[in-house]
Amino acid sequence: MSVTLPSVNQVWNWLGEVPDPEIPVISVTDLGIVRDIRWDGDTLVVAVTPTYSGCPATAVIDLAIESHLREHGVRKLRLERRLSPPWTTDWVTQEGRDKLREYGIAPPVDGTASDGRTIARAARLAGRSNLMIECPRCRSANTERISQFGSTPCKASYRCKDCLEPFDYFKCH
Amino acid sequence: MTALADISAQETAARPDDPHLADAELKPAFFDWLCRMGDNTLILGHRLSEWCGHGPVLEEDIALANTALDLIGHTQMWLGLAAEVEDKGRSADDLAFLRDAMKFRNAKLVELPNGDMALTLMREFLFDAWHFEMLTALAKSGSPRVAEIAAKALKEVSYHLERTSDLIVRLGDGTEESHHRMQDALDRLWPYTGELFTADAVDEAMAKVGIAPVLADLQAAWERNVNEVLDEATLRKPETRFDVHQGGKQGRHTEHLGYILAEMQFLQRAYPGASW
Repeated sequence: MSVTLPSVNQVWNWLGEVPDPEIPVISVTDLGIVRDIRWDGDTLVVAVTPTYSGCPATAVIDLAIESHLREHGVRKLRLERRLSPPWTTDWVTQEGRDKLREYGIAPPVDGTASDGRTIARAARLAGRSNLMIECPRCRSANTERISQFGSTPCKASYRCKDCLEPFDYFKCH
Repeated sequence: MTALADISAQETAARPDDPHLADAELKPAFFDWLCRMGDNTLILGHRLSEWCGHGPVLEEDIALANTALDLIGHTQMWLGLAAEVEDKGRSADDLAFLRDAMKFRNAKLVELPNGDMALTLMREFLFDAWHFEMLTALAKSGSPRVAEIAAKALKEVSYHLERTSDLIVRLGDGTEESHHRMQDALDRLWPYTGELFTADAVDEAMAKVGIAPVLADLQAAWERNVNEVLDEATLRKPETRFDVHQGGKQGRHTEHLGYILAEMQFLQRAYPGASW
C-alpha cells in the first residue's frame, strides 16, 4: 500500500490552527514554540520547546498538537522536547503580537527579551521603568506594574493610568 | 475506541551529545551533584507551594505559587538528567517520591519551615542570589546537557531574583514591624548560607572536569549582590559565621525534611505506581 505523506509545509499550516490552551487567540506557531517539523521515514517528528520550565500547559499543548494531527490523518508521530535555544518572547510572531493586543493582552516588547533583566536593573537603579508597556485598550504608554506575576506564569499584571483598566502583559524573558 | 489510545505519540527529547554521560568513573559524583541541584529546587519549590491559598495578598500568593512552579520545572530537568546518568531505570518521579531523607542532597537552608513572609522571602532571596550565580556559571558548563538546563532555568531565576530583591528592599526599608521581621529572618538564616559555597569531594570532582564552577568562586559576586540589596533595605549583615549549619548536601538533614517528605511522598508510598 502506498501512502502519500503530507508535506512539511502542510503540517506547519495545520499546527497554525492549534490554539494555545491558556490564550486561545494565538496558535502554537504564533507563540513560536514549534521549533522543527520533519519526516523521519514515515514518522512525523514535531519538535516543541517549553515556554516556562514549569508551565502546566505543556502536556495539554502536546496533546492538542497530537490530536489535531491525528484528525488530519497522521498515524506515526513523535513529539520531541527541545530545550535549546531557550524560548523567549522574541519567538512570538508579529501576527501573534497583533492578536494578543486585540485580545486585551499587551504583547511583549520586541527585542527586550534577551537583555530585559539587565536593562530593568539599570533602569530601576535610575528610578524608572525600562519598558514601554502600551495599554492594549487605549494605547496609552502611561501604565504601571501591579504584580510581576499574573493569571498564568507567562504574564504580569499591569494597570493603565489613563483609561484605568487593568490588563495582562505577556512578560519578556 | 480512539486512535489516540491505540498509538499514543511517543515523546522523546532532542539531546545534544554529551560524553560525560558515558564516563563510568564520573557517574557516582555526577549523579550525586545532579541530585543536589534537583533536590534544592524540589524542596524549596515544595516550601513555596505551601503558601498557596495562604498568601497575605492575592498577588503574592500567585507569585509564590508561580515561583514554585518554575522550581518544580527545574527539578524535572535536573532529576531527569540524574536518572539518565544513573541508568538504573529510575525516573525523575522515582527519585522525587521514593527516596528517603538520607538520600536527599539539598542544602539545609531550603528545608527550614517557612515561618512568616519575612523568613520565606529572605530565604528565597538568599537562595535566588546564589542560584543566579550558579546557573550563570553552569550555562557555560563543559557538559552540554547541564548547560542547556542552566540556560533555560537562568531566565526564570533572574526574574525570581529581581522580584525578591525588590521585596527585601520594600520590607526592610518599610515599617518598623516589617524591618524587625526582615532583620530577624536574616539573622536566623545567615548561618545556613555558607553550605551553598562549601565544596566537598563531589563538588571538586565536578569542577575538575569542567561541569560545575568552583563553588568558592561564586561567593564574591553573591556577596556583592546581597550587600547591595541589604544596604538599600537598611538591613545589617550579621557578624556571625555564615557556614555554621552544614551536612544537607551529604544527606545529614534537619528534622524538618522528614515532615516534608511524609507529606510529599504519601501518595506514592500508600498507592505505589499511582498516576493520572
